[in-house]
Order: sequence, then C-alpha cells, then structure tokens
Amino acid sequence: MASSRDMILRKIRSALPQSSPLPDLSAVTNWQTFDDPIEQFSAVLKFVGGEAVQVKDLAAADAHLRTQKHWRDGKIRCSVVAGVGDSTIQLDAIDDPHELENVDFAVLRGHFAVAENAAVWVTDDTVRHRVLFFIPQHIAIVVPARQVVNNLHEAYARIPVGQHAFAGFISGPSKTADIEQSLVIGAHGARSLLVYLVDDGVDQ
Amino acid sequence: MSHPALAQQFIANRERSHWHDKALWFVREKRDRMAAAVPEWEQLRETASAIKAHTQSRLAEYLEQFEANAQKHGVVIHWAADADEHNRIVLGILQRHKVQRLVKSKSMLTEECHLNPFLEKHGIEVVDTDLGERIVQLRHETPSHIVLPAIHIKKEEVGDCFHEHLGTVKGAADPAYLTEAARQHLRERFCTADAGLTGVNFAIAETGGIVICTNEGNADLGVSLPRLHIASMGIEKLIPRAADLGVFLRLLARSATGQPITTYSSHFHGPREGCELHIVMVDNGRTEILKMPEFRRSLNCIRCGACMNTCPVYRRSGGHSYEATVPGPIGSILTPIQTPEKHSTLPFACSLCGSCTDVCPVKIDLHHQLFAMRGFLDRKRLIGGSKKLSMKIVSAVLSRTWLFNALGLCARTTLRLLPRFMIYNPLNAWGRQRELPEAPRKSFRQQFAEREKRDS
Repeated sequence: MASSRDMILRKIRSALPQSSPLPDLSAVTNWQTFDDPIEQFSAVLKFVGGEAVQVKDLAAADAHLRTQKHWRDGKIRCSVVAGVGDSTIQLDAIDDPHELENVDFAVLRGHFAVAENAAVWVTDDTVRHRVLFFIPQHIAIVVPARQVVNNLHEAYARIPVGQHAFAGFISGPSKTADIEQSLVIGAHGARSLLVYLVDDGVDQ
Repeated sequence: MSHPALAQQFIANRERSHWHDKALWFVREKRDRMAAAVPEWEQLRETASAIKAHTQSRLAEYLEQFEANAQKHGVVIHWAADADEHNRIVLGILQRHKVQRLVKSKSMLTEECHLNPFLEKHGIEVVDTDLGERIVQLRHETPSHIVLPAIHIKKEEVGDCFHEHLGTVKGAADPAYLTEAARQHLRERFCTADAGLTGVNFAIAETGGIVICTNEGNADLGVSLPRLHIASMGIEKLIPRAADLGVFLRLLARSATGQPITTYSSHFHGPREGCELHIVMVDNGRTEILKMPEFRRSLNCIRCGACMNTCPVYRRSGGHSYEATVPGPIGSILTPIQTPEKHSTLPFACSLCGSCTDVCPVKIDLHHQLFAMRGFLDRKRLIGGSKKLSMKIVSAVLSRTWLFNALGLCARTTLRLLPRFMIYNPLNAWGRQRELPEAPRKSFRQQFAEREKRDS
C-alpha cells in the first residue's frame, strides 16, 4: 500500500493549476514608511496596551525601571540585560522551565522594532528558556533605538529566519477580547510590556 | 437541520440576534480603520493572492521542500490522508510519550478532525487554552466563529459557566474578572501539561519552519513548558519564502480583529533542546478541492474570519446555524464540497452581495464561488423543488418581454388594491420579515419613455 505521503503528493500533482509567477517582493518600493519611526512605534505600542520609553543609555533605562511599580512590587525578578534591573534568581542554574512559573518581572532583549505595528523581534539565544518571554507577570524589552524599521517587509529583509528554534515578534502585552469583545489586558502571557528604546551602548 | 431552520431559531430571539449583529459589525469597523491606515492595502491583497496562486501551482514541490527543511531542524513530519489518520497519528505520539494531559491552542483543523472527543475516549485530558475555546469547551459547544469562538455567548452566561466550573462568584459577569479567573485556572493547566498541541498559521517551505499567531500567548506557553509539541496543519498552509510573511502578517490581524499585528507571532524551527516537535500534515479532502477549478481558490483562505464579520446573513443568523467547523461565506464553500447532502442549504445563506469578496485579504472570489456552489449542488440533484420551480418561473418571465410587461402591470395594480392578508400570507415567504415596497403607478419603461419625450 502506498504511504499517505505518496498518495497525497500524487493527488496534488494530478490536480495542479496552471503555473503563475511568484511576486518579487524585493522589487517593491512603495511600502509604507514614517517620518519618525520611533514616534510611530511608540504611538502604536500605546494603542496595543504597551509603553515605549526612549532613553539615552542603559543606565537611564535602569533608573527608569526602578521607578516602576511592577518592578518594585515584583518578588521574583530577573534580567538578561546587564545594567538594566537585576536578578533575584540564578537564571543559568535553572534546568526546568517550570521553575520560572512564579517570575514576576523579566527584563529581556529585543533585536529591533517595527514602527507600523509596534512589534519587537526576539530570539531564543538571548534566554536559556524561551518561556521567559511568556510566563512572567510583567516584562520589559530593551531594544536599540537606532534599530526601528518602518514595516514588516524591512523587518524580514534583515532577519535570517530559521536560525533559531524559537524567534518571533511581540507587540504589546498579552490580551483577549473573547468575552463580549471587551478588551482585557493580561490573558495568559505578560500583563504589561515596557519597551526601552536605548540610544547608545546596545548592539542589535 | 437546514440553515434556514436553525437561523430561524436564532433570530426568534430578536434582541440577541441584534446584539450578535452589532458585535460583529464592531469588529468589521475596526478592520476597516486598520485597512484604511495602510496606503498599499490593495497592493498587499493582490500580492497575497498572487503568492497563494503561485504556491498552489507548485504545492507538491513546496510540501516536499518544507518537509526536507523541517527534518533538517529535527522535526518529525507525519502525513495524514484524512481526519481519522490524523487523530491516530496524534494519539500514537501522545501514547509513546505517556501523555495524560494535553494543552491545546486554537486549531480549526483539529475541530474539523474532531480530535478532542477522540483523545478523551482514549483517556487523555484535553484542555483548550484559548479563552473563547475554553468557554465553549466547558459549555460542551463548538466554536461559532473561527477567530472569536465564543462570540455568540453573553458575559452573564460566561459568568454562570465559570461559577459552575471555576468557582467564580455567582452572578459575576465582569470580563476582566472572568478573564483573570481563566488565567489562574489555565496557568495551572499549562504548568502541569505533558504536551502542547497547536495549529499552524503559516508553514515556510524555504526554511522548514511554522508560524503561529495568538494574542493571548496560549500557544507559546503551551509549547514552551512541556517537552513535546505537536502541530497540526492543513497542506494548504504553505508559503514559499520567509519574506512572504511580511505580506501575510500585515494582512492577517488587521483583517481578523482590526489589530496591526497579533501580540505574538512566533516562528518555530525545530524542537527545543532535548524536546520533540512533530508536525502532522493533513489532506482530509483538500486535494479534492484542488481538483475543482471553480473552487480551488478557497484553499487560499488564511482563516482571518473577515468574511464572517461582514456577512449580513452570518451576523444575523449566528455561526452555529451553519453546523460547520468553518461557518460563514468561506465555510459555505468548503463545507458543502465535503458533505453536500448535509450542507446543501449553505450557499443559499447568501444574498450574493459580495461584501465577503471585498474584505477577503487574499482576494478569494467568495460570492462567485457561492454562486457556483449552487450549480454544483444542483448537478448533484440536491436543490429543493420549490427553489428550482421559482427559478424556472422567473427565467420564463424574464426571457419574454410581453409576459414581463403584462405581469408588471398586473402586480402594480393588484399590490395596491389587494387586501393585506392576500399579500402577507404563508405562501409569501418574503413577506414574513419584510414589507414590500410601495408599488409605483407606472413602470420604469413608461417613466423612461415619458422623460425622453419631455426632454426632447
């Protein structure tokens, strides 16, 4: 008996529509851009329930973070960005991601941000356990302010997709509107998201 | 039951029918605002449509490419000809890993395959983790919408359901309070699950990765704690290049819920270290649709739900009146192809207004297909006699000028003079919910001729 794989592929090959060309995306020149991408990013992030803070350097981000209620109230905190916040737990010593269940606040790294939709690109090589992007009650992501692109096309032009088991865009805190279309922030993931756009001293 | 019979039950509660209509129109308006904010919106739709058409024309090649690249990342690929095989594959993987508790994020494919009851029969606890899906699961219902599964349920009913199952305060109906209760309840499930199962929004041929989009973060939590991740995908989810995501992710959330992008757009390439990622690629009738030139574009659907939110019939009759995994305009094409006998009334739950076609982010010619579907069902002799008779009469009248004129004159006179009960009686199905317009004294031809005379 032929395998399902072979059967499915044979059926597809017997029914293929006429070929049609694949659009060349790199040739498109009129994708949406913004006069001030950082301003656009900040406005959209506010719209989706997060907050962008532009700071001069990591020390300024750290000073701002320490004024934040969620950070100060957090019992279990951690940071993967040296100089911004600190850790009450030893991240490297944790083997089982389940042990991160009670993290109140995590400071994480983003590589760049997208102005049109307030998305920040994150990858699993910046954290030992990728669940750290999803399980803390609150998160802050540190992004170089120079790395704000206009739109998703520019974003994909610079991402080497496929190099990380996990990578993705995060735009705002976790949310749901499944009960009568009422927007509620804090569904399963972070209840709040701060993005620090840092002018100097951070690489991509 | 037929769509008209079920729709009648839904609209019997006028207040609820209006509430449902308004809730969906609100989403449609959000979509419009988002679409208008992107100057190249139409160009994006054109591009998305062209990418999908191209992918379809080389689907076998791209599936093989995807498989090979995914395997390089250490993914285990499975192929399932139908729902039954899909379910058996998933059960097999779960049993090999001795999984007792499975957390699931939204997957319309597993709804289509009826995976939950199958796994439960074999002793596996399945927890849907999307809030809307969890609500319908606790109520022993099915989703009534592919993006907003619980759109038909009022917050007071969610309150009753959570009071019974999650112990929330009796009578509490505040969405924030109820969502918080669900968060606590599902956190416990996430942290004790043995495996996570997700759907797939996009599968990238050139990189062998899959992309999953959620707002709640449930898919990501569900697959980042346990050591086993199973992803179920229809074979039509393929896109050729990672760069194509720039097009599709710009369209998806804006069309679905009027957001600039979903909160989480996660790209998975292979398992976490020491873990396993299995991808099950499912046909279940999709190759049959591919064979049909008039319907194959329906396979380009990216499941945003925009056609449902805009459909005047869907909004008023509710998703359950379709008795289909995918309801609304797109569902009224996909479903009768598979089960024509059971779903022969679906393409008639449509006024051919074309609004679905206008909002579809990948430009599926939905209302043309809905029209073609009527012919498809007629060729299978599944169209009722009354519908065919009335069409024959209309066709006879419209093809004879003298008869059309005579009947027009007749109607203009009698509609004015006849007593009400002669017009609004059980024989006139149209008159049940509507008033006929006032009959004009003169026909259009007469008025036009007089105007011509006056002007000349």
